[in-house]
Amino acid sequence: MELIDSAARAQQALEGELGGERMILNMGPSHPSTHGVLRIVLELDGEEIVNAWPDIGYLHRGDEKIAENMTYTQFIPYTDRLDYLAPLANNVAYAYAVEKLCGIDVPPRCKYIRVICTELARISSHLLGIGCFGMDVGAMTVFLYTFKEREKIYDLAECISGARFTTSYTRIGGLANDMPPEFLPMLRKFLNELPATIDEVDKLLTRNKIFVERCRGIGVISKEDAIDLGLTGPNLRGSGVEWDIRKAHPYGGYENFQFDVPVGTAGDCYDRYLCRMEEMRQSIRILQQAADQMPDGPWNAPEAKIVLPEKKAVLTKMEELIHHFINVTQGINAPPGEVYFSAENPKGELGFYIVSKGGGAPHRLKIRSPSFVNLQAIPVMAKGHLVSDMVAILASLDFVMGECDR
Amino acid sequence: MTNLQSLITNLPGRLGEPVEFRGEVTVMVDRAKILDACRYLKEQCGFDMLTDIAGVDNYGEDPRYAVVYHVYSLPHRCMVRLKVAVPEDDMVVDSVVSVWRTADWHEREAFDMFGIRFRNHPNLKRILMWDGYPYHPLRKDFPLAGMETELPETAVGAGRVEAAPMLGGPFVTTPGAGTAARREPRQADTSAERADKKGAS
Repeated sequence: MELIDSAARAQQALEGELGGERMILNMGPSHPSTHGVLRIVLELDGEEIVNAWPDIGYLHRGDEKIAENMTYTQFIPYTDRLDYLAPLANNVAYAYAVEKLCGIDVPPRCKYIRVICTELARISSHLLGIGCFGMDVGAMTVFLYTFKEREKIYDLAECISGARFTTSYTRIGGLANDMPPEFLPMLRKFLNELPATIDEVDKLLTRNKIFVERCRGIGVISKEDAIDLGLTGPNLRGSGVEWDIRKAHPYGGYENFQFDVPVGTAGDCYDRYLCRMEEMRQSIRILQQAADQMPDGPWNAPEAKIVLPEKKAVLTKMEELIHHFINVTQGINAPPGEVYFSAENPKGELGFYIVSKGGGAPHRLKIRSPSFVNLQAIPVMAKGHLVSDMVAILASLDFVMGECDR
Repeated sequence: MTNLQSLITNLPGRLGEPVEFRGEVTVMVDRAKILDACRYLKEQCGFDMLTDIAGVDNYGEDPRYAVVYHVYSLPHRCMVRLKVAVPEDDMVVDSVVSVWRTADWHEREAFDMFGIRFRNHPNLKRILMWDGYPYHPLRKDFPLAGMETELPETAVGAGRVEAAPMLGGPFVTTPGAGTAARREPRQADTSAERADKKGAS
């Protein structure tokens, strides 16, 4: 056998004689950069990705099947477990979807508290997304800074809902309980401290040469491709499409708030990162306005046949006891029909498609989860990049498998 | 919205009048014409984004299944819902992947969960359940507790998937199915097998 020397071998490789030999590499389902249980099968030519096939379903729990077998209110805890980095936002989106089906409107105070919940969830999710992004591409410190702030958001969630993680805070037509009096001062304190951390992250990452070189021009997705693939949220806006459900179809009182929607230009990992950074700053603006303008009044809709009555009233009044009993044992009697409600969640458009045939349980509840759709873009984004870029691409997509697999 | 009305009137394969509920427009479309209808919406009317495809099982009705498309227009900021009825004896619908690439995974999910086949789909295989799984779990005649199934060979070994032990799952509520006490799973689950397990542990 003839052994050729390395110089000749390198020359051959350059001339393409060794090209074309493909290797299949399995990445995941348990890989630090797949943030959960995502498996990707990569077809490689040397270190270059020729093709990538995402393989999902490792966290499938049959949430949609479960939803068909319980009342609307009973499904609220399951929504915590969709995008488990932003459970409050899922609670809010689901409550609005069922309220749309029932045709009821919630009072302004409820809307404002829900806006606070959604925006806190957005900051929490983006902080984690950026922290992990930094860590995945080698900037370990950022993660520690962002997690310090996330801890305060968990404290706020505990203050308002009683649970740090699985909040289940909303109810159909209202909330589990009113905001406690100590919540707003706590929120204001948090809002005063957060910008400093965001600035610090900004200093650590945005002009960091290593970070920029690992992100700029990586995982580029054009405007047309992004729309065609159905991307939503910061991943769509990173490609330069100005579309935010809070602006396009304001729900839950978002029309009363002043905020800007950041939009990228290049559609690469760096732009998606920049969009998330700016979204956190805009969320702070929204939170400040919500805290300043918080209206007084009831926090539950008046429809007694749909909304769970207050516990005190259940224990002391006959009529409320009956409503409570019917609502809990049979569920709300939703009208027959079908609705689709979508909310701008941290990861993108979270939609609930509910088919009701009347009665207390949905006939079909389809969850349109942003992560499921966003992950479909992996083959388009990864083609032609190196294996190490895959890590940056995954981190910049910011997906959650709990929501993707449902 | 008047624009939407006129373009729906011209929608290829439209069946019946559009239904409006809670400000959303639903149009029934002929199963053979769904691809034309989607092409028309995208190319003539600017509906550039497919938000979602959902399968629905209307068990006990004829036709039994339906495929629901949520189509959105970014320039016009409006959504329209297309619905296709799928009979049980011929569960095939034309794939719309050639119109919107995002339909790929949505259609695979509808196939996985309901067994609806999409003609000309580039890669129609299961997406959430594993390859070779014998059932379509979102069908109404598939029990919530699950069905016993062979688990294929994996890195951690082969085995069987057992049905959930709580006989239909906790907190199951069907309208008109009796009182909460009767539905209470601990009440119902008095099988000898469970008693044995309790005794053993």
